[in-house]
Amino acid sequence: MAFPKPQATLRSATGIPTGRLAVWWLLASEVVIFGGVLGSYLMHRLGHPEWAEAASHTNTWIGAFNTFVLLTSSFTAVLAHQAAEKGDGKKAAGFLVLTIGGALTFLMVKSYEWTVEILEGFTITANGFWSFYYTAAGLHALHVIAGAIIMGIVAADAYRGRELQRVELIGIYWHFVDVVWIFLFPLLYIAK
Amino acid sequence: MAHTATAADTHHDAHAHEHHGPQGILKYLWSTDHKMIAMQYLFTGIAMGLIGAYMAYVFRMQTAFPGVNVPGFGQVSPGEYNSLITNHGTIMIFWVAMPVLVAAFGNFLIPLMIGADDMVFPRINRLSYQVFLLSAIVLIVSFFVPGGGFGGAWTAYPPLSAVAEYNQTNLGSSLWLLAVALEFVAFLLGGINFITTLMNSRAPGMRAYDIPLVCWMIVIASILFMLSVGPLIAGAVMLFFDQTLGTGFYDPARGGDPVLWQHLFWFFGHPEVYVVLLPAIGITIDVIATFARKKVFGYKLMLYTTVATGVLSFFVWAHHQFIAGIDPRMANVFTITTLLISVPIAELCFVIIATLYGGSIRLTTPMLWALAFMAEFLIGGVTGIFLGASGADIYFHDTYFVLAHFHYTFFPIAIIGTFAAFTYWFPKMFGRMMNDTLGKIHFWGTIIPFNIIFIPLFVLGIGGEHRRIYNYEHFPELAGEGMFMLRQIATVALLVMLIFQVVFFYNCYVSWKKGEKAGKNPWKANTLEWTTESPPPHGNWPEGLPNVYRGPYEYGHPDRKEDYWPQNQPS
Repeated sequence: MAFPKPQATLRSATGIPTGRLAVWWLLASEVVIFGGVLGSYLMHRLGHPEWAEAASHTNTWIGAFNTFVLLTSSFTAVLAHQAAEKGDGKKAAGFLVLTIGGALTFLMVKSYEWTVEILEGFTITANGFWSFYYTAAGLHALHVIAGAIIMGIVAADAYRGRELQRVELIGIYWHFVDVVWIFLFPLLYIAK
Repeated sequence: MAHTATAADTHHDAHAHEHHGPQGILKYLWSTDHKMIAMQYLFTGIAMGLIGAYMAYVFRMQTAFPGVNVPGFGQVSPGEYNSLITNHGTIMIFWVAMPVLVAAFGNFLIPLMIGADDMVFPRINRLSYQVFLLSAIVLIVSFFVPGGGFGGAWTAYPPLSAVAEYNQTNLGSSLWLLAVALEFVAFLLGGINFITTLMNSRAPGMRAYDIPLVCWMIVIASILFMLSVGPLIAGAVMLFFDQTLGTGFYDPARGGDPVLWQHLFWFFGHPEVYVVLLPAIGITIDVIATFARKKVFGYKLMLYTTVATGVLSFFVWAHHQFIAGIDPRMANVFTITTLLISVPIAELCFVIIATLYGGSIRLTTPMLWALAFMAEFLIGGVTGIFLGASGADIYFHDTYFVLAHFHYTFFPIAIIGTFAAFTYWFPKMFGRMMNDTLGKIHFWGTIIPFNIIFIPLFVLGIGGEHRRIYNYEHFPELAGEGMFMLRQIATVALLVMLIFQVVFFYNCYVSWKKGEKAGKNPWKANTLEWTTESPPPHGNWPEGLPNVYRGPYEYGHPDRKEDYWPQNQPS
């Protein structure tokens, strides 16, 4: 049964669609969550030069590959938005499925990477660096999973031509997930 | 099924919900109507408030009469004492002040005051309450798990909170943390709703400066919450890993830093004070404008001052950590910012006083509460100056002076502010007037004991009485007869105050059943919620949503015969 939207949802006193406004506010609250993790990590990292040794065990190439995967998936998210703007729900859904594919690739590579590291003994309790490594990347991975699930729902709707404005909204969220990784990659992998 | 509501059955209709809503018991859990969700938040908040008050009763008895067999509880063990004081603080802030002031009144008032039929995301709103209810259940469950409830104070400083060998509440502390985290999720969901609703769903003709101040205040509070809680969510995840996985984020022995938690906690914890304060000030100013029959003095000044308070509130957190070993130069910076924030707050008080000046004041029950809020909060604010100055704080830190100070801020906010709002909007919520005599008995029965509870605690704090101590008999310098007498005065006053709350609940029941019918606008107020039925039906204005022609505080306009001018009247 379709939920009858109240008139309040359809109003737009600011001229910005309500959904987009809400996503931006959601991202504002996400920025401070990741800001808290990364700020704490930076302060500790500066205070512990010896963490560089632990950081040297991270696999930069795998990190770089995942960066590439996420950036590409952001590109397909933009293409989905473009298709949705033109009213082509089926095409938008197709591009969203490609984006989900990017998310799944990212997660599979990540699980391989973590499995190798954990087997080498670099667990979350190994030292401070590894605690932050798993916490920050894990929090990010949760956002990737959530994004992929929501994208599946949006794609299913878009395929039937419903709620096409949501294609843009999930795209904005996906870019944010991407940007967080752009911060994580140099801080966790490149800084040795 | 007929759904043409006549005036006579609107009361019934609001409870029975609309034809497409869920029926039966489910309607109380599954409704998306903002008024029903407001009621859910309100009643859950009141229920949690009763639990918090019961805890205060038990540990105050133990403090004043060590070892006494507390009626309704029994002997209090040291572990239980710690758990009671911890969860009293947690409950009163996160499960009473937040849900009642921000969520309940935000949900009830924002759509009604801006002329919308609901929140912009009704289902997210429902989810927000459900997550909140879950968080309350998790917290209550945490009292009964093996080892008992968490007892490391509401601030949960590590390493005490992080290591089970220290706090002895392995499961209790993890559940406590989980409950707090769930509660944050609930308010993030609710906050996004409040902000977007206010920004986008205003009635046609309502400009930014036509929005009633209480709506502005609740929304600014939601923004403060959203922008400050993130680091603590991150910090809570880290603390959870320290508790369950054995990481060492806060453990110096493993490269961690316990002061990091203090920064993350207070970066949220201090703005949180303003998150609950701002709605209470908004309620006060709306009530005072109505009962002084006068335009709010300096609407824009008030709004900008609130924004300034919000911005400054992000730069004062370390005044909680003056004795945590932070750099003294840093302490100077935070002393200055802390003293600075008293400027906008003082300005808000002056605006309220200037609004009262020359008004034709009506001392109804809500007005008494609003005036009492001002008076009592001022005491809280002025004693805060002592604690904001690092030199004085080194002496006062963690004494009963601090405790009395923040109860003089939080009690006016969470209790007095709530009663002002509840008695003012009761006619709108339930369609009937509250009994004014009973209301005034309850008012004086609350305000007088409140002062008798906490003024002695200031004295004890100056005398060096430390907080969070199970039995003062073990400390000869704190066990003097005079000190015990002051503790007993406070405890007896608490009992008196709790007994007077019976008057309130009796009044609610009697007024709800037999009170005089309120009609649409019993207080002759201007804002939009008074232009619809009491209680408002589903959709708020079934005959069509209102338009807005002027600001919310046009009282005593010289060209009009009536002394009020509702926002929706063209002329």
